[in-house]
Amino acid sequence: MQKHTISLLVDNEPGVLSRVVGLFSGRGFNIESLCVAETLDPSVSRITLVTRGDDVIAEQIKKQLNKLINVIKVYDLTGTEYVEREMALIKVQAKADYRAEILRAVDIFRGNVVDVSPTHYTVEVTGTADKLAAILSLLRPMGVKEIARTGAIALGREKK
Amino acid sequence: MAVLKEEGVDTIFGFPGGVVIDIFDELGRTDIQHVLVRHEQGAAHAADGYARAKGSVGVCLVTTGPGATNTVSGLASAYMDSIPVVVLTGQVPTALIGNDAFQEVDIVGITRPCTKHNYLVKRTDDLARVLKEAFHIARSGRPGPVLVDLPKDVTQGKARYKPLPEPRMPSYNPTYNPNIKQLRRAIDLIKEAERPVVFSGGGVILSEASKELTEFARKLHAPVTASLMGLGSFPGSDPLWLGMPGMHGTYRANMAIGACDLLIGIGVRFDDRVTGTVETFAPNAKIIHIDIDPTSISKNIPVTIPIVGDCKIALKGLNRLLREESVKIDKKSRKLWFDQIEKWKSTQPLRYEQGDVIKPQYVIEKLYELTKGKAIITTEVGQNQMWAAQYYHFDRPNCFITSGGLGCMGFGLPAAIGAQVACPDKLVVDVAGDGSIQMNIQELATAVQYRLPVKVVILNNRYLGMVRQWQELFYEKRYTATDLEQGPDFAKLAEAYGAVGLKATKPQEVVSVLKQGLESPGPAMMDFWVAREECVYPMVPAGASITEMLLA
Ligand SMILES: Cc1ncc(C[n+]2csc(CCOP(=O)(O)OP(=O)(O)O)c2C)c(N)n1
Repeated sequence: MQKHTISLLVDNEPGVLSRVVGLFSGRGFNIESLCVAETLDPSVSRITLVTRGDDVIAEQIKKQLNKLINVIKVYDLTGTEYVEREMALIKVQAKADYRAEILRAVDIFRGNVVDVSPTHYTVEVTGTADKLAAILSLLRPMGVKEIARTGAIALGREKK
Repeated sequence: MAVLKEEGVDTIFGFPGGVVIDIFDELGRTDIQHVLVRHEQGAAHAADGYARAKGSVGVCLVTTGPGATNTVSGLASAYMDSIPVVVLTGQVPTALIGNDAFQEVDIVGITRPCTKHNYLVKRTDDLARVLKEAFHIARSGRPGPVLVDLPKDVTQGKARYKPLPEPRMPSYNPTYNPNIKQLRRAIDLIKEAERPVVFSGGGVILSEASKELTEFARKLHAPVTASLMGLGSFPGSDPLWLGMPGMHGTYRANMAIGACDLLIGIGVRFDDRVTGTVETFAPNAKIIHIDIDPTSISKNIPVTIPIVGDCKIALKGLNRLLREESVKIDKKSRKLWFDQIEKWKSTQPLRYEQGDVIKPQYVIEKLYELTKGKAIITTEVGQNQMWAAQYYHFDRPNCFITSGGLGCMGFGLPAAIGAQVACPDKLVVDVAGDGSIQMNIQELATAVQYRLPVKVVILNNRYLGMVRQWQELFYEKRYTATDLEQGPDFAKLAEAYGAVGLKATKPQEVVSVLKQGLESPGPAMMDFWVAREECVYPMVPAGASITEMLLA
């Protein structure tokens, strides 16, 4: 069950996202994460989605996506050179004796503290899924209250 | 309306309601014929039957809410069988959408997974373009149903119609032309094959490739089988014909697939009713698969040579290559293969014994003889459908109209009405079960009103026969919820609708009742009381290989 990061260009119209999501639920494919936003061309959106499946399933997923009338292009980035990033907002307890350690961790992971309250810090980090997992494992023992993640976005690398 | 005319629409099957009065009002002022059905499911199936018999897009117009939801089975059936249908539904005014207005349903949401595409039109100015696109999508590529939802204010608004060019859609480009390298590779396999089988499907009928298929099979001197949807794509009376494969396929077709060294699937999708367990399907064969829909290829069965493209163009290409490379198949080299097939055929033919009680197979055989194989046959679902497929032989495409993929009971009568509208000069017969016919029997009124002389042949076993058959074979004859002992008197019912009603209870009456019914000028319903516990054989039990058939 390999992870596949698939990037789609779709018509930016109401209902398109539900066509894509409906295809996954209707055919029993799974979605690990999904991220959508407009591209430079306002009539086109990019959806980045991460799914898991063997080669046959991944092939079916790509073909089925291609078959949707509103899908303009399907790229399976897996197995190609690409950059992938995800952002997380992590709200962590900021007890007095942990604060320095939190700030150090944020620093190491090149994150930012974006909100501060007497009891909590909200930390913003960006990176690959591995990097986010790593900082989470550091912060978790200090008491993570809430987390919000964007899911992965990705683009193929240009040839050097 | 201008777009509809431009798209060649001459008939609409529909049922009105408040929000579509404007459309009907406009329709009434054109020369497009409107056929008023008695249930919107009937309208959708009729449009499907029309599309198949005529080979063009069928159109259906219904109101919002319940009118729209009633078409869902029809859409799902057309979707599974890739039939070009455009369904127009009324919708509450745009300002009310989302407010749970009276008779509001999100029909675009409901039908997303059972249409090829669907639209909600929000502005009158978009109407013409969307309708053009809807017809284009429905008929091109792998055809399928398209739904267009029309809010009342959009259809009340006025817009000047400027003729539009054929739609160009950047995200929709079906592949028609197959890759020539793949065709060449296919030819290489074909040259090597000793025991080839050609397996044709609905795609051959949809792309009107029967002639090319027949030429191809004859050139190869290869036996041909066809899925339920493909019946008629190759002449059923040809010596190369094997019969249908799969769950209720012929012994020789299933055995031939089991033993072949090359299977050439054309416009098929290797449905589970055809393949049985996929691991043991065509275990010795390399597989060439031609289909216009890439998702059909290697979905269920891994193939050796995938060819994405239109069946007709691909077959033409293959025939041309065979000619160019002067591939000559020596008929003698196939002798062993055909001897083997003949042996399968003679040891295990399709068979039944006609005794004191009418056998359903006998009725179909007589129907075939009396109509000289020239009728358009529609079917309901269940045993009746399988017997029609087995015992009526189809020599021409677009003559067997059945709900194959969805298996939707209640399909046959409205589909027959649609086919009759499309082909007024042809004899159209719905082969029915006593269960299914009751799901849309009200359409008899439609047939009578529009003087559509469709004939209904009911194989009346007073059971939901196909389910009963499973109960007999796999549930120790516990006939739970399948006994229809208390049926109506169909002959009287037909008369009540204003049609001819006939009934036969003895084998000697079969031919005369058929003759009387078929020769009557208007719609007729013939009720044949058949052996109650007759089963369809051969049968491949669920989870078995297709070569492991129950034979009687
Ligand atoms: C709408 C619908 N409901 C239920 C079924 C399940 N089903 C398949 S065959 C069958 C029996 C059909 O009985 P009948 O029409 O009498 O035909 P027979 O098999 O007796 O020829 C049933 C209930 C179905 N295919 N479609």
